Amino acid sequence: MLLRHTTNKPVERHALTVNPAKTCQPIGAMYAALGIHGCLPHSHGSQGCCSYHRSTLTRHYKEPVMAATSSFTEGSSVFGGQANLVTAINNMFTIYEPDIIAVHSTCLSETIGDDLQQIVKKAKDDGKIPEGKHVIYAPTPSFVGSHVTGYANMVAAMADQFAESTGEKLDQINIVAGWMEPADMREIKRLSKSLGVTIRLFPDTSDVLDAPQTGKHVFYPKGGVTAEELKSTGDSKSTIALGCFSGEPGGIALDKKCKVPSKTEDIPVGLQATDRFLMALSKAAGVRIPEEISDERGRLVDLMTDMEQYFDGKRVALFGDPDDLIPLTEFLVDLNMKPVHIVSGTPGKRFEQRMREILKDSVPDANIKNGPQADMLLLHQWIKKEPVDLLIGNTYGKYIARDEDLPFVRYGFPIVDRVGHSYFPSVGYMGGLRLAEKILNVLMDRQDRDAPEESFELVM
Amino acid sequence: MDKLEILEGRKQSVFEKNKDAGAFDISCETTSLSGSVSQRACVFCGSRVVLYPVADALHIVHGPIGCAAYTWDIRGSVSSGPELHRLSFSTDLQEMDVIYGGEKKLYKSLIELIDQYTPKAAFIYSTCIIGLIGDDIDAVCKKVSEEKGIPVLPVHSEGFKGTKKDGYKAACDALMKIVGTGSTEGIGKYSINIMGEFNLAGEAWIIRKYYEEMGIEVVSTQTGDGRVDDIRRSHGAALNIVQCSGSMVKLAKMMEEKYGIPYMRVSYFGIEDMSKALYDVANHFSDNPAIMEAAKNIVRREVGEIYPQIMKYRAALSGKKAAIYVGGAFKAFSLIKALSSVGMDVVLAGSQTGNKDDYAGLKEMCDEGTVIVDDSNPVELSKFVLEKQADLLIGGVKERPIAYKLGIGFCDHNHERKIPLAGFVGMVNFVKEVYQSVMSPVWQFAPRKGGKL
Repeated sequence: MLLRHTTNKPVERHALTVNPAKTCQPIGAMYAALGIHGCLPHSHGSQGCCSYHRSTLTRHYKEPVMAATSSFTEGSSVFGGQANLVTAINNMFTIYEPDIIAVHSTCLSETIGDDLQQIVKKAKDDGKIPEGKHVIYAPTPSFVGSHVTGYANMVAAMADQFAESTGEKLDQINIVAGWMEPADMREIKRLSKSLGVTIRLFPDTSDVLDAPQTGKHVFYPKGGVTAEELKSTGDSKSTIALGCFSGEPGGIALDKKCKVPSKTEDIPVGLQATDRFLMALSKAAGVRIPEEISDERGRLVDLMTDMEQYFDGKRVALFGDPDDLIPLTEFLVDLNMKPVHIVSGTPGKRFEQRMREILKDSVPDANIKNGPQADMLLLHQWIKKEPVDLLIGNTYGKYIARDEDLPFVRYGFPIVDRVGHSYFPSVGYMGGLRLAEKILNVLMDRQDRDAPEESFELVM
Repeated sequence: MDKLEILEGRKQSVFEKNKDAGAFDISCETTSLSGSVSQRACVFCGSRVVLYPVADALHIVHGPIGCAAYTWDIRGSVSSGPELHRLSFSTDLQEMDVIYGGEKKLYKSLIELIDQYTPKAAFIYSTCIIGLIGDDIDAVCKKVSEEKGIPVLPVHSEGFKGTKKDGYKAACDALMKIVGTGSTEGIGKYSINIMGEFNLAGEAWIIRKYYEEMGIEVVSTQTGDGRVDDIRRSHGAALNIVQCSGSMVKLAKMMEEKYGIPYMRVSYFGIEDMSKALYDVANHFSDNPAIMEAAKNIVRREVGEIYPQIMKYRAALSGKKAAIYVGGAFKAFSLIKALSSVGMDVVLAGSQTGNKDDYAGLKEMCDEGTVIVDDSNPVELSKFVLEKQADLLIGGVKERPIAYKLGIGFCDHNHERKIPLAGFVGMVNFVKEVYQSVMSPVWQFAPRKGGKL
């Protein structure tokens, strides 16, 4: 067994992280920037950072991922990376012809003290940014927060550096997408359209990281929010930011810059979070929820009630990113499941507060930890001590699932050993149906596998 | 962006055999241009991939979490025993650590780890910011080594301090610190170390078996299925055989200098090179003709077995065109030979880390019209694949989706290979994989090579 060293006694650790349940900021910034149309993400650091992020995103999406790097050398680390970045900006606009370059920093450039704002200004003053083109930037030090923080920082940068208020309000609602899959962003757009609401969704990685096979390698796929659309967010009536970790900073930035009021909702995973999102959207736009959406809700509730006995009381361990886990936990509780162990590498007090709130009646003594040392080793030790019936999380859960022989549902980032996450949504009522189906499938497959012959049932 | 052009500063790194003939002076072994979408990685990546397969050692990444997260079990280096190397250990440096230094955290992490996992040795990888905040990791390693009684080895792999090749060097420096610390008692005169073989999909086991069958003792495999104790006594071997262009020649050279062990470069890929790898070693031990006899027997038997299987695929693959973009240029040599043995033409050959000699060699081997590139990027790769009408791209993780988007077959000749491609049996696997990908019916649904829907 790969994790043969894990014991059932959680050992107090103060320094070490074993098998992390997070990664670093820049990859989040890169992913967010890919959700802008015609944008080339740029990693201001060593070559390896950019290469690792591209590889990881490629493994997750099975798509080419384009991003450039400043290619730091020993010299630039001593004298600062300004010259590198200015040259890089010039080179990118010359050869790759992006509309927008989205620069994020790394631990290296942050530690040597490069000031992105000042460097981008220098590039502009030197005439390295062609007319009508844009360079935005977000500081993303790897030693603060996690990949989720990096995503949020880049999203906030989009709002802050693009949004303009003309003084004339437009009949549109901004939706800040928290970290979610292209399929989820597509679903948010479908739901909004169905409600008849014009939205400005940003970022938007649909039609970027789920691009069709065309026989061409398209450097800038057709999807993504455009610079014009981002500008117009400053004139929207209001903003709904999805996810208090990954989406909210974008909403706050818009409010601060253009006085567009922002309300934060959970990413609409599961029944109640979808209810809240749709209510917020219908209220903000002053529209009614159409029958086709109520019917979708009805079908989800129907499945939940039909199959209630199979979810009942099942103990679940879950790990991943806060904005995914909060609404998922609520959904599991609604299904009468018991989320007993929950781990996220992303720090932030609001995570545990929200979780305790959601679990206060059903699992008041749940093990919950996030931030430093909240890693997969800890989760495994908890599971060994108090076993579960189901594990939910990203691909890295497969080691624990195998060692403990657990049914396992893949959910979150990254998923590098299965497909589907970029094509089928997890959000909305349809996403709820898919999640419930996935959970049922692994639980019922397990029941079939383990059933003695006499109680092996045809009809379940 | 519809037009596909070569970046001005990249023109010296791209060469097309024929029209530029005579003026071959490819620019390589340089850092990538700032702002390029390079397929390359960093120093840390080089060190990490070389040392990672040492399975009974701890590998702790000292820095913020990313470098550990992205290199967690991504290389299919198989171990026949311990699997410590497949876990991810990080000091996960936070802002305060960057300000006040990470030495204490590293020390504590090491103690916590060694107590829990009782490894045979520990490798401590420096990431970018360690070089900036000035942690004295050598001192920490020395202290922990004294306290815990195992080798604790600093790997100076700050990402920005060069290219991936410099990472290979740092890895070799770390290995050299334990080579020579074990007893060589009982090692015979016909003995070798297999170096630069990482046991992807169990390839080192195949190679090891051949040599053992020849009556040669394999003292260590470095680093595939590697063990600390084997490496410690590897200076007792009579010969080092080194695969993989850049990664471990440095260690072989150091061992030659310090212990007088000669080394030879080999490749286990393709019938021709695999056979040569056995014959060259047999020739080295020419005082024992039984070794050459055994080598000939192996080649005869294995080739006899695989040749008919390969010929079955040759008819279908003959005349198909391949593009190769790999990490090391030495690998490209073998691939060109292997592809030509099934009648395929190589229309593009490139590498991330080749040197001038490598590229001169590539030019010699390639046909007229072949494009040779150093440190290429997706724009260039797509351009040449389309222009040259390739049917297959051979590369790594970042190249795979490009090939698929263009609608052509792909073979992973990097970390993500799932079946052994080395050895005689590997050649069959390789040809079969190429055949399956190139001839798959799915391409009929793809608008191939830029065609219309």
